[in-house]
Amino acid sequence: MQDKEEGTVSGPTITLSATTFDEEVNSSSTPILVDFWAEWCGPCKMIAPILEEIAAEQEGKLTVAKLNVDDAPDIARRFGVMSIPTMILFDGGEPAKRVVGAKPKAALLDDLAEYL
Amino acid sequence: MIDIRTVKGAWEEMSLDDRAGREVEVAIIGSGPAGLTAAIYAARANLHPVVLEGEPSSTSDQPGGQLMLTTDVENYPGFPDGVMGPELMQRFRDQAVRFGAQIHTAKASRVDLSEQPYGIWVDDATSEDPTLRASTVIVSTGAQSIMLGLDREIELVGHGLSTCATCDGFFFRDQHIAVVGGGDSAMEEAIFLTRFASRVTIIHRRDALRASKIMQQRAFDNERIDFMWNSVVQEYLGESALTGLQIRDTKSGETSVLDVTGCFIAIGHRPNTDIFKGQLEMKENGYLITEPDSTKTAVEGVFACGDVQDDYYRQAVTAAGTGCMAAIEAERYLEDLHSRVSSHP
Repeated sequence: MQDKEEGTVSGPTITLSATTFDEEVNSSSTPILVDFWAEWCGPCKMIAPILEEIAAEQEGKLTVAKLNVDDAPDIARRFGVMSIPTMILFDGGEPAKRVVGAKPKAALLDDLAEYL
Repeated sequence: MIDIRTVKGAWEEMSLDDRAGREVEVAIIGSGPAGLTAAIYAARANLHPVVLEGEPSSTSDQPGGQLMLTTDVENYPGFPDGVMGPELMQRFRDQAVRFGAQIHTAKASRVDLSEQPYGIWVDDATSEDPTLRASTVIVSTGAQSIMLGLDREIELVGHGLSTCATCDGFFFRDQHIAVVGGGDSAMEEAIFLTRFASRVTIIHRRDALRASKIMQQRAFDNERIDFMWNSVVQEYLGESALTGLQIRDTKSGETSVLDVTGCFIAIGHRPNTDIFKGQLEMKENGYLITEPDSTKTAVEGVFACGDVQDDYYRQAVTAAGTGCMAAIEAERYLEDLHSRVSSHP
């Protein structure tokens, strides 16, 4: 739980939408971690600041993007997202790693280690 | 030496690393309604409480506690129209911060309650020195929901099996799903899930519910909810995602398959007391034992409040109530301790 509401966090993550998703993911020069989240999900809010930190710290190596599943349910369905937060790392436009559920920063970095 | 209590700015900006070796008056472990109420009271009493709120997780063992995974809270006084669980906990937290409680997003991994000041470790439990030393400790680590313990449970979480109805209900629109359990939590989840699912089957091992009358009635009245009585889940079916459950009838012993794409478990809770084993007295079920009408444990200066010591009421409002008691008891204990020290220099 953090001091700021998800929607008001302005950090180095980028925001995807149903229309920009494919282009951003396919054209990303670095691996791109997409956080599938929603306003009504408590654990999603909790990890939001962690993702901002990772985005800032890994700048140039990793892009961190957010996709609101309320706005893009079809994309969530396309990747079989059945639980949020789910974070999918796309490498060269293809899903390469999937992390389900909120977890501490160190554990998340462990999961992503081979791409950092 | 600078009295850190008088350097408010420095105190507020202190990280856990900065704290190493320093002693705090009140350490609060856990940040549900009990811990944060204790923090509000202790902060207002100028005791500069330090709260270890826990770490992000998709289980109820997380900052804010079990209410972070619920939707409408309808029975918390002062909210006649109800309030969302995460919003209520954000308000608790904001109120504690307003009065100066120091909240760290970190999880206690070990405690040493053998001598004062008590030691509390974060992260590496094997390091020699504790992360924090505290004159008094308020234990409010709460309880977390338990799973069935069946094969492949962990790998199916997020693939049809869910620990959080509010997080995942959205993904089961127009599908048939199951809720396992017979208490208030199970009814609440089932009713919530009918906002999305076309059909919700409640699987319960007995022939009657343990839930409160009002919740039972709401479930019975809901056209999208049906029941499988005297039934237990024996196996999760499906390869990469859940496709069904193998159910055993506890009376006849017969097994059957229920085709569902989602399964939500709400069969009960266990207290988060592992780190206190061997140091604080516990009941057989792991809940901490406190003195009657008090939050005192058998260890001087250590208090327990909220669900971690309550296997009977388990309400947000009772947790908040005992959190208040713990802070007041800690305050009185510290007053006694200081007056003892000053009269025997």
